[in-house]
Amino acid sequence: MADREFGFETLALHAGQIPDAATGSRATPIYQTTSYVFDSADHAASLFNLQTFGNVYTRLTNPTTAVFEERVAALEGGRAGVAVASGMSAQMTTLLTILQAGDHMVSANTLYGGTYSQFDVTFRRLGIDTTFVDPDNMDEFAAAIQPNTKVVYAETLGNPLINVLDIEALAEVAHAADLPLVIDNTFPTPYLCKPLDWGADIVVNSATKFMGGHGTSIGGVLVEKGDFPWSNGKFPLMTEPSDGYHGVKFYETFGDFAFTMKARVETLRTMGPALSPFNSFMFLQGLETLPVRMDRHCENAMRVAEFLEAHPSVDWVRYPSLKNDPYYELAQKYVPRGASAIMSFGIKGGQEAGVKFIESAQFLSHLANVGDAKTLIIHPASTTHRQLSDEQQLSAGVTPDMVRISVGLETIDDILWDLDQALDQSQS
Amino acid sequence: MLDPKYDADIPTLRAILEKYRTVAIVGLSKNWQRPSNFAAKYLQEHGYRIIPVNPVYEEVLGEKCYPSLADIPEPVDVVDCFRAAEEIPALAEQAIAIKAKVLWTQLEIIHYEAADLAKAAGLEVVMDRCMKIEHARFYGGLNFVGVNTKVISAKRQKIVAN
Repeated sequence: MADREFGFETLALHAGQIPDAATGSRATPIYQTTSYVFDSADHAASLFNLQTFGNVYTRLTNPTTAVFEERVAALEGGRAGVAVASGMSAQMTTLLTILQAGDHMVSANTLYGGTYSQFDVTFRRLGIDTTFVDPDNMDEFAAAIQPNTKVVYAETLGNPLINVLDIEALAEVAHAADLPLVIDNTFPTPYLCKPLDWGADIVVNSATKFMGGHGTSIGGVLVEKGDFPWSNGKFPLMTEPSDGYHGVKFYETFGDFAFTMKARVETLRTMGPALSPFNSFMFLQGLETLPVRMDRHCENAMRVAEFLEAHPSVDWVRYPSLKNDPYYELAQKYVPRGASAIMSFGIKGGQEAGVKFIESAQFLSHLANVGDAKTLIIHPASTTHRQLSDEQQLSAGVTPDMVRISVGLETIDDILWDLDQALDQSQS
Repeated sequence: MLDPKYDADIPTLRAILEKYRTVAIVGLSKNWQRPSNFAAKYLQEHGYRIIPVNPVYEEVLGEKCYPSLADIPEPVDVVDCFRAAEEIPALAEQAIAIKAKVLWTQLEIIHYEAADLAKAAGLEVVMDRCMKIEHARFYGGLNFVGVNTKVISAKRQKIVAN
């Protein structure tokens, strides 16, 4: 077997799956089982002790889910991955593997509303404190780092502002303070941007979006790059004997995939957000066509952005691939093939016109998701970011006139037609 | 980080794991939570003969334990070192003396001069890798825990008990 570096499209189809040993099945079988028999008491003990790699219980590992995990790890250019029940639990599993009560993290303030609440409300209740900063200003990140800070967090493309993060600069800030950088890469997917190549240490994805691509399944996945020096003195949870796994020293035992092993056998095992094997299968079907879908998503999104920019009922458009967008330069560096398919625009007439526009669309779907094959529209201030105060909404970039659109794969002229007629109705 | 020039490639690793069966494990611990014990138990369960080398013990994992490589009264294929980097040159010399075929050092154990010495004497050298992890990578197991094995193949997988 040759030692070849395979291309993204090849990995999207093959990584993680070798035809099934028992049957020769070319497609990945769905191992819809909770548990796996042990050959003997000694075999069971070896598995529980992690001395042998194998399957015990689907909350920890499952052969179908393992294919999905390895495939995403390969696509992101990382060492290992762990799949979980949702994008939210991918963040939670990642961060609770690093953080404990009394610890602190620094995060971008431009985040998906649910993420903001996870950090600002749920994590604070667990004794984990977060300082939110402007992701355009690296000095704010550096200034917010405290002696008890353990991680730096941001999204490649912020939601819903679609601001582009300078990942390389933020990785320098994090590493100068001996901290890992965790990036949510959901919007671009690894096809458009690989944060690990720009210095990030862990990448999390909501697989629910473009990875699945068909709006059928909820899931998430985290991937570690494998070269973060956990032995730098700041991370005793990684280097000292584990209370959660009978004294194993994870970093010493598992080396460059110690983080994902700890995330799996401690955080995932005890918190429990396991992914259904059936959903893993659905995500694998999606990943096979990810490259061709993302190319078309970006092509359609650019057409929609140019159309909206020229439309008399639209005050502003935010899509980083547009030449006059404030993030155009960063987009050329980090997402040169296109800034994914999500954009926001300001409708003339504010909130009232926004609601009217959404109700007037014929086939553009009004729902709280992005990254579907179908075009989706939503008014963030009254939906996804509703739990935030007015002030928090503004700091997350959510204005009353903002409409978010996730451009799908319908005939582009039909998408433009429906947008046009709904915009016209919104102004009457 | 290991200099990529010294990193063993996939064909080399597979050839070593398929061709050789007797592995002397230098620094093998009796404590089941230590990485050396993890690796040795795994190798035993996957068809390898392990020979413990550690002056502290008489026996580990059911095998007679020897104080040094020179004390082993039978041929050794692989010398697998769970010792600090500064001890690797002396172990490389001993591995050459007992006519071992491979000098292997555990994760994060790197010594370039020792590697050059062993290579000059005709030994294959693998550094900064774990035999258990590499075996599980190619023959099943590592793929169960989401690791990017970099194995791309349309040939049916061989059944290996895990």
